[in-house]
Amino acid sequence: MRTWLALLLSVAIAACATPRPALYDALGGEVGIERISGRFIAAIADDAMVRPFFAHSNLDRFHEKFSEHLCDIADGPCDYAGDSMQRVHDGMQVDEASFNRVVDLLIEAMNDEGIAHGVQNRLLARLAPLRAEIIYR
Amino acid sequence: MRVLILALVALLPMSAAASGGKLLATPGVTTFEGTAGGGIVPWAMLAGYATREETAVSGFVTTAPVDDFRLDAAGLAFNLHDRVELSYARHRLTVEPLSTEITQDVFGVKWRLAGDIVYSRWPQVSLGLQYKRLSDPSIAFAVGARDEDGFDAYITASKLHLGAVFGRNLLWSAGVRATRANQAGLLGFGGDEDDDHALMPEASLAVFFNRRVAVGVEYRAKPDNLAAVTEDDWMDVFLAVFPNKRVNVTLAWVNLGEIAGTRPQRGAYVSVTGYFH
Repeated sequence: MRTWLALLLSVAIAACATPRPALYDALGGEVGIERISGRFIAAIADDAMVRPFFAHSNLDRFHEKFSEHLCDIADGPCDYAGDSMQRVHDGMQVDEASFNRVVDLLIEAMNDEGIAHGVQNRLLARLAPLRAEIIYR
Repeated sequence: MRVLILALVALLPMSAAASGGKLLATPGVTTFEGTAGGGIVPWAMLAGYATREETAVSGFVTTAPVDDFRLDAAGLAFNLHDRVELSYARHRLTVEPLSTEITQDVFGVKWRLAGDIVYSRWPQVSLGLQYKRLSDPSIAFAVGARDEDGFDAYITASKLHLGAVFGRNLLWSAGVRATRANQAGLLGFGGDEDDDHALMPEASLAVFFNRRVAVGVEYRAKPDNLAAVTEDDWMDVFLAVFPNKRVNVTLAWVNLGEIAGTRPQRGAYVSVTGYFH
């Protein structure tokens, strides 16, 4: 047991010490993020469960703002200047299941763009805290 | 046991329509006691893919053939709006040296007190109660147990850290259980050496290779209430696979230590959970 814990702990420490490329670059920079964003929005428009939440959205503007937001969150050379997540989702009553469905669509979009699992998780870890500003508004 | 397994098989076609809103793998697997967790340690997650708006029903079968015993377990769990989990499990321990069987029922309830395994900053925390009752306490009484039934209470905290280990997701869970069960109740409750509830720590650690496969390790401390026989802590290493939201399969190697005066009991562990609704 002690050996296992020591092993896992050393793996965790090694993971923290290894230098890794900036998340923005790992996502393919501006072009990569545009492509992920495009696939993601196309998938939303195709999905019966979450499409209604975007019924009144201008998808071109959403594409632009979502890409900008991802770029900013991934430490890219952008400054997200759109509305706060809370404001965007005000009155929408997004529930937990619909939120997770959107997360799955984003994961699928990243899979389709060949984004490595570890890179996906780094992005998801930065997006996860936003959920509190999005659901049940 | 046979009836329960047949009922679970009958429910299988329902799983084709199952679709809860939790993210894949986030309910964990099913412990041999019927609640969501690893294999031997309950986690703070509630069984099934139900979110706040949903309910879920799941069922499991487990077999653990160790050196001189075989533990078979099967059961059902209900998730009510991801707030309360109700569970039932039936245990059958085949005692090969005595050519006999010990069976018990386990009724469980688990409340999610706070947090979300993935999204909250702090861990998800749950409180659980289990009531266990032996069908026939004669072996338990023969080794010095005081009662044929008993309550366990536990509190557990669990958290998934996204991308924490080489970009892989890391799950940890830690809890403490108040119990006077001998060998999880299979050898009765309380004993001649110690008859009170004692606090026993339990913990699990797992890493997800990808969204569908996790490997981990678990540890469950146990009381040692009986003068006649020694009871050891349990541990396991496991591989859990989540091909989709309808089923998961867990393979493990378990070390249950000494049971009723035998050599240390080690062996394989196989468990399947089906998510029906």
